Amino acid sequence: MSILIGRETRLVVQGITGREGEFHSRQMLEYGTNIVAGMTPGKGGLSALDNRVPVFDTVADAVRQTGANTSCIFVPASGAPDAILEAVGAGIATIFCITEGIPALDMLPVVEVVRAAGARLIGPNCPGATSPGRAKVGIIPGSIHQEGHVGVVSRSGTLTYEAVQAMTDAGIGQSTCVGIGGDPIIGTTFLDILQLFAADPETEAIVLIGEIGGAAEEEAAAWAAEHLRDVPMAAFIAGRTAPEGKRMGHAGAIISGGRGTAADKVTALEAAGIRVAGSPTELPALLRAAGHRG
Amino acid sequence: MKIQEADAKSLLAAQGLPVPPWAVARNAVDARAAAERFLGAGAGRVVIKAQVLVGGRGKAGGVKLAGSPAEAEEVAGRILGMQIKGIPVRKVLVGPAAVIVKEFYLGAILDRASRRIVLMASAEGGVEIEEVAKATPEAIHRVAAHPLLGLLDWQARELAFAVGLAGPHLRDFVKIARGIVSTMRAYDADLVEVNPLAIIRESGPEGHVERLACLDAKVTLDDSALPRHPDLEKLRDLDEEDPADAEARHYDISFIHLDGSIGCMVNGAGLAMTTMDLVNRAGGAPANFLDIGGGAKADRVSAAMRLILADPKVRAILVNIFGGITRGDEVARGLIDARARQEREVPMVVRIVGTNAEEAARLLREAAFETAATLDEAAAKAVAAARQATGGAA
Repeated sequence: MSILIGRETRLVVQGITGREGEFHSRQMLEYGTNIVAGMTPGKGGLSALDNRVPVFDTVADAVRQTGANTSCIFVPASGAPDAILEAVGAGIATIFCITEGIPALDMLPVVEVVRAAGARLIGPNCPGATSPGRAKVGIIPGSIHQEGHVGVVSRSGTLTYEAVQAMTDAGIGQSTCVGIGGDPIIGTTFLDILQLFAADPETEAIVLIGEIGGAAEEEAAAWAAEHLRDVPMAAFIAGRTAPEGKRMGHAGAIISGGRGTAADKVTALEAAGIRVAGSPTELPALLRAAGHRG
Repeated sequence: MKIQEADAKSLLAAQGLPVPPWAVARNAVDARAAAERFLGAGAGRVVIKAQVLVGGRGKAGGVKLAGSPAEAEEVAGRILGMQIKGIPVRKVLVGPAAVIVKEFYLGAILDRASRRIVLMASAEGGVEIEEVAKATPEAIHRVAAHPLLGLLDWQARELAFAVGLAGPHLRDFVKIARGIVSTMRAYDADLVEVNPLAIIRESGPEGHVERLACLDAKVTLDDSALPRHPDLEKLRDLDEEDPADAEARHYDISFIHLDGSIGCMVNGAGLAMTTMDLVNRAGGAPANFLDIGGGAKADRVSAAMRLILADPKVRAILVNIFGGITRGDEVARGLIDARARQEREVPMVVRIVGTNAEEAARLLREAAFETAATLDEAAAKAVAAARQATGGAA
């Protein structure tokens, strides 16, 4: 097993005929992801990716005709909230929104509708997820992974690749790697993912990669202290030397009013018995020291 | 994007909130003229406030009262010559000084944890809310606006009662609270703060009247939403902006100037922060945070290099690229091109992994670039190069 995506994933790509959508769909297909449909309004009836994927006008059509159960969104920021809501309306259970630059206030009603429908949204502004050897949804390079039993959850993109590469280089494989996104308002939090990993029989250890801003790492640490005492864990927090009051690229990464500092997060994680690496390359050693036998 | 108090007040006033009149002056003579107007219209005194995008103006001496046009000119002249937290004061706000009966705090933020707009109110107005939050967290009352319906009247009333506002001010408070939320929505603000919201006393034809007024305003706008508010772009205060920031924005580069000597060029915000952290850990100090974003091509790499080299303190450059959407060979070509045109010889350490890394490695080898395999190694080499360039200290 794995979390969020796996062999049972039947993916519809919203925005498959766009430049980004097409490029990354090709990579997903090459990785072995079961892309059953694409969706671009007005292009229904065509096919994408060298005739390998049928394109539909609506997500509902794609669901009816292909049994799609997961969606990946590569739609520009102005249309992305609508794309998420369309996926919810069509009954898609797991929605990945890769799009960056969605105004934060637009996401408030969207996450509420997603929650009320019982669906799951990952992102926006996230790199997606990979369950090595089974499926990848989003833009994470497939080559960095190795099959295994460590769950990885992160707020960033390339920093996740760095950490996953370090693990693969050290011979530590992954069950699922998830990037939850760097925006202030996101659908799925660290805590949500920890709960999914805790319930996944194939995930034996967990790596959490956080950054300055907000208090989601602290919240996750508090839960882990109670529920994941027996699970080997390691963490990394980016932004230990970031100045206060400056937004570090991600809309969510800012220390304000003395809150959201890396020091707060490191303290909370260590209090939960989770060691925090000084560099992503130290994560494999910390995982093994915590008892992981990968 | 942060905007000045005077601009924040315009946004609040446009949403129907009670904001006393004001004028903005860029020199002491204009401040005097504005003071003359307000004093002539019946104000006992005027208040003169430095317009800078940092907190703590009052403590720094940037907010003063004046009783006459001459005094206003003198006070404004002094404030206009000041620096507050390193920022020169280039303009002041002049307005009638209110007779304050009682001060409150009222603010709205985009709260990540609850994924709601949260309204906060306190009877401890006029002081920094962070300090109230630390000392007496129970003195701050909160309600979360409904994600689909917005702030409801009963929620606003609940806040009013919690801070001890009743009677004649209740209805006005509800209007102001709703107005703050509508200000957030109208302009895509992620913060709207009125501190103080005050009961002020005014003399009218029938004696004294007391009413609620927004005496200060702080608004920050969501950068992601600026493209759909082209009219708000003119509120960007170019006086307080580093010229490098405008160039960075033009190329879609996320850039923050820092104090160290090692220029950093990275793809991805989390990795860029990590690169800064590792430079520090290796004993150096980063000169900047710089994220070239996903899918960067040669022109963006050249622009990033110009931004880094424009800082005379830079003694070494560390390039760290983990290719995903970004292709390593494109970055390598951009670097080779940028180095051929750069005017200043600065040692550079390049690490490129991920998509098309082999081709990147070949290009860099042929062009005799110093390279590194891991991020830790790259940080150590960059710190050593900066030390050598400065003869010891990085």
